[in-house]
Amino acid sequence: MTYFIDRRANAKHKSAVNRQRFLDRYRTHIKRSVEEAVNRRSITDMERGEKVSIPARDISEPVFQHGPGGKRAIVAPGNKEFVEGDRMRRPGGGGSGDGAGEGGASNQGEGMDEFAFTLSREEFLDFVFDGLELPHLERKNLVDLDEVRPVRAGLSKEGVPARINIVRSMREAQARRIAMRAPIRRALREASQALSDEERKDPVLRNPARINELKAEIERLEKRLKAVPFIDTYDLRYNNLIDQPQPSSKAVMFCVMDVSGSMTQAHKDIAKRFFLLLYLFLQRNYEKVELVFVRHHTAAKEVDEEEFFYSRETGGTIVSSALTMVDEIIEARYPPGQWNLYVAQASDGDNWDDDSITCRDLLVERLMPRLQYFTYVEITPHAHQALWEEYERVEAEYAERFAMRQIVEAGDIYPVFRELFKRRIASP
Amino acid sequence: MTRRTPIATGSDWSFEILLAFEGEIARLADEYRLDTYPNQIEVITTEQMMDAYASVGMPVGYHHWSFGKQFLAVEQAYRRGQMGLAYELVINSDPCIAYLMEENTLMMQVLVMAHACYGHNSFFKGNYLFRTWTDASSIVDYLVFARKYISECEERHGVAAVEQLLDACHALQSYGVDRYKRPSPVSAAEEARRQKEREEHLQAQVNTLWRTIPGLAPTDVLAGGHDEEDPLGLREGGRYPPEPQENLLYFIEKNAPLLAPWQREVVRIVRKMAQYFYPQRQTQVMNEGWATFWHYTLMNRLFDEGLVDEGLILEFLQSHTAVVNQPAFDSPYFSGINPYALGFAMFSDIKRMCQAPTEEDREWFPDTAGSDWLEAVHFAMRNFKDESFIQQYLSPKVIRDLKLFMVVDDDQQEMLEVTAIHDERGYRRIRESLATQYALAVREPNIQIYSADIRGDRSLTLRHVQESRRPLARSVYPVIRHLHQLWGFPVRLESVHEEEVARRYHWPLPEEERRD
Repeated sequence: MTYFIDRRANAKHKSAVNRQRFLDRYRTHIKRSVEEAVNRRSITDMERGEKVSIPARDISEPVFQHGPGGKRAIVAPGNKEFVEGDRMRRPGGGGSGDGAGEGGASNQGEGMDEFAFTLSREEFLDFVFDGLELPHLERKNLVDLDEVRPVRAGLSKEGVPARINIVRSMREAQARRIAMRAPIRRALREASQALSDEERKDPVLRNPARINELKAEIERLEKRLKAVPFIDTYDLRYNNLIDQPQPSSKAVMFCVMDVSGSMTQAHKDIAKRFFLLLYLFLQRNYEKVELVFVRHHTAAKEVDEEEFFYSRETGGTIVSSALTMVDEIIEARYPPGQWNLYVAQASDGDNWDDDSITCRDLLVERLMPRLQYFTYVEITPHAHQALWEEYERVEAEYAERFAMRQIVEAGDIYPVFRELFKRRIASP
Repeated sequence: MTRRTPIATGSDWSFEILLAFEGEIARLADEYRLDTYPNQIEVITTEQMMDAYASVGMPVGYHHWSFGKQFLAVEQAYRRGQMGLAYELVINSDPCIAYLMEENTLMMQVLVMAHACYGHNSFFKGNYLFRTWTDASSIVDYLVFARKYISECEERHGVAAVEQLLDACHALQSYGVDRYKRPSPVSAAEEARRQKEREEHLQAQVNTLWRTIPGLAPTDVLAGGHDEEDPLGLREGGRYPPEPQENLLYFIEKNAPLLAPWQREVVRIVRKMAQYFYPQRQTQVMNEGWATFWHYTLMNRLFDEGLVDEGLILEFLQSHTAVVNQPAFDSPYFSGINPYALGFAMFSDIKRMCQAPTEEDREWFPDTAGSDWLEAVHFAMRNFKDESFIQQYLSPKVIRDLKLFMVVDDDQQEMLEVTAIHDERGYRRIRESLATQYALAVREPNIQIYSADIRGDRSLTLRHVQESRRPLARSVYPVIRHLHQLWGFPVRLESVHEEEVARRYHWPLPEEERRD
């Protein structure tokens, strides 16, 4: 006896839980690999999985085994020229030249030094952004409830089949069955009682007509009992969903990048990678975050992401032009009462002579009071210049909401990024 | 011979075609008296096959990171193209579940049905080890029970605690089998019902064993662990356990002083699984050899009857040849003896010596040579495991064909020595040695529970009896650490050579002991 079952439509990823357990268990190992990968990858190359290696000894599952040594006999196939009594050197260093050494040890599991596997893109990004968040994100403007979310709201008698609540439907059906059958059952019991009473009477006293009548009655009742449906349309109950307005936290991130002549190609590359990381992070973790890209040399310009990341343009440097533009955009489109405002700026620290003070004033007076968080990364291996110093004073004033870091080489990007956006415990 | 039209040509398959082939194979199998469980053939995708792989082919299993690791390893190897997935996977259950991958060609599907659904299946049903040690009808139910129980434990006690426990149990898994006592099969429903009862009973038993103030020796507590003279005869009870115990997990389950009832149950689950897989570990060569022998026979019969065309049979022969290929020891592809090759060669050889016995066969196998071949192979399949099968049936012809030779690696000698080759003087020795190579008792170190100091410091002592002076691998430390977690008190392992303790292992490590 044989039967075929087509299981192809069944769920795959039965091992998903086990896979996740494994990833959780070796979190630290994997994180290290991911970190290296982020620093190694090119700008456009973030959106794919990653091969990860873990030293095999760290994840081995030990069992009692024979170690090397002692005396053992090995039988192996494919003898060519050996005769009894031949002697040979022990195969050294595990070369495959003489397999005799491996002959009997088929159950040994120590062959591999590295356990390598591939993280999916999702898992990879999970690890990249693990434990990061936008600081000081607040729910602003709760009155603006244009977003809705379907939520459960009890049961209804009408609905689509996909939302049938089986348990409740069956309970209704059972209740209805009990209710509908009870009177029939009672009548049936009475009729059977009457019938047996009648039959127990002395044959002389029996009334055959009455007996037939009762028998017919019982048959009729039994039919009715059977006719009570097991489930009926009005038993059906559906899970009811209603749309509930959802307060949302609206946020906007301004990405400000310096593309002036002093930024070398390497600097721009680093800046772009920083922003790309930021971009991925926001896209992934905050669906509702808007992005505004601003690039500047002597003049600032709002651009789309394509241009921001890929176009080339150079000139002198006036940092305040960008900050002014951010201020204008906020003024025009993002009233601080309704929006969480973030700014991330990257520059090499080069600025027009007196402009740094202007920047500071702009920040302290116009921007900082309205921003949730301002990050500044300076990409330079050299000594800091005026801009950094001015910014340090801003930081002193707004320690909670202003952060600045220096990046010297590509390898610093990810650690700095993590530092800037690491999850904090509740802030004032 | 009448030439009939083939059931199907080309490499595409459909369920109708498979059904037709299955019917034909069943008919032929019946002719060869292959007695099988009903077949449940499931068609699955590659990814599902990888899932199945990762859970050692079990349709349901409890969650553990090691299965995830397995999955990642399989996936990686498959992606890189290092490894083709096995075309089939078959589970020793009633009905016998076999997986067919949808990507397989028609030939592969037919081959897999012959191999798994009739070859392996009849082996599961017929071989004495499977008959005594596993209960095919209840395994799936038991797996469901185990999965449910373990996930309940995870909810109640946390994933980490359960994981830790499973890690420890897995390390001792191969020592979770009664090798000599036949276990009694229990159905899952009963298992669940009994489980509660058992928890209480077991705990009561353990409590009795570890009573600190036994009725007979009230001063036991005061005696402590250092009193060598023992003036009151408090230790006259003898060693516990009186006989060494080979089933480590069983001993832990019943005797570990500190385990909670649910922990004992988890130990038991791991032990039951180990027992279920125990026959498979011992019949690799036979099981694969038997299945290969039958797919070869059945496919050829299908061809003889004209049910498959030349294209299909050529594709089959190519695949079959690859399966039974045995690379020589010096080949870069060599990775030990191929169980398919050895098993197939041996079963084919039994058939040969029945049908066309030579002088040599009559001398070596007086009972088998010239007898009914079908009877002979069935007898061999039913009554042996790899070790005894090789001991019994490895013929000089197979030794010559495979050019087997024997090398002795003795760490007291400077050189390896070839001690036997495929000649008159060597046959017996090679056969002997190869059989030993497959003996589980030799493949795995012989370690038993020697004593548990129930009246003293509660330490547990194990004994490893060395086989030809072979020491334990370094993995011994992590393993006794796991054992220590289960036992809760110091664990010692003595490696014994010729009645003398050659080496001692301790956990916790002695330095830590001193610090205590």
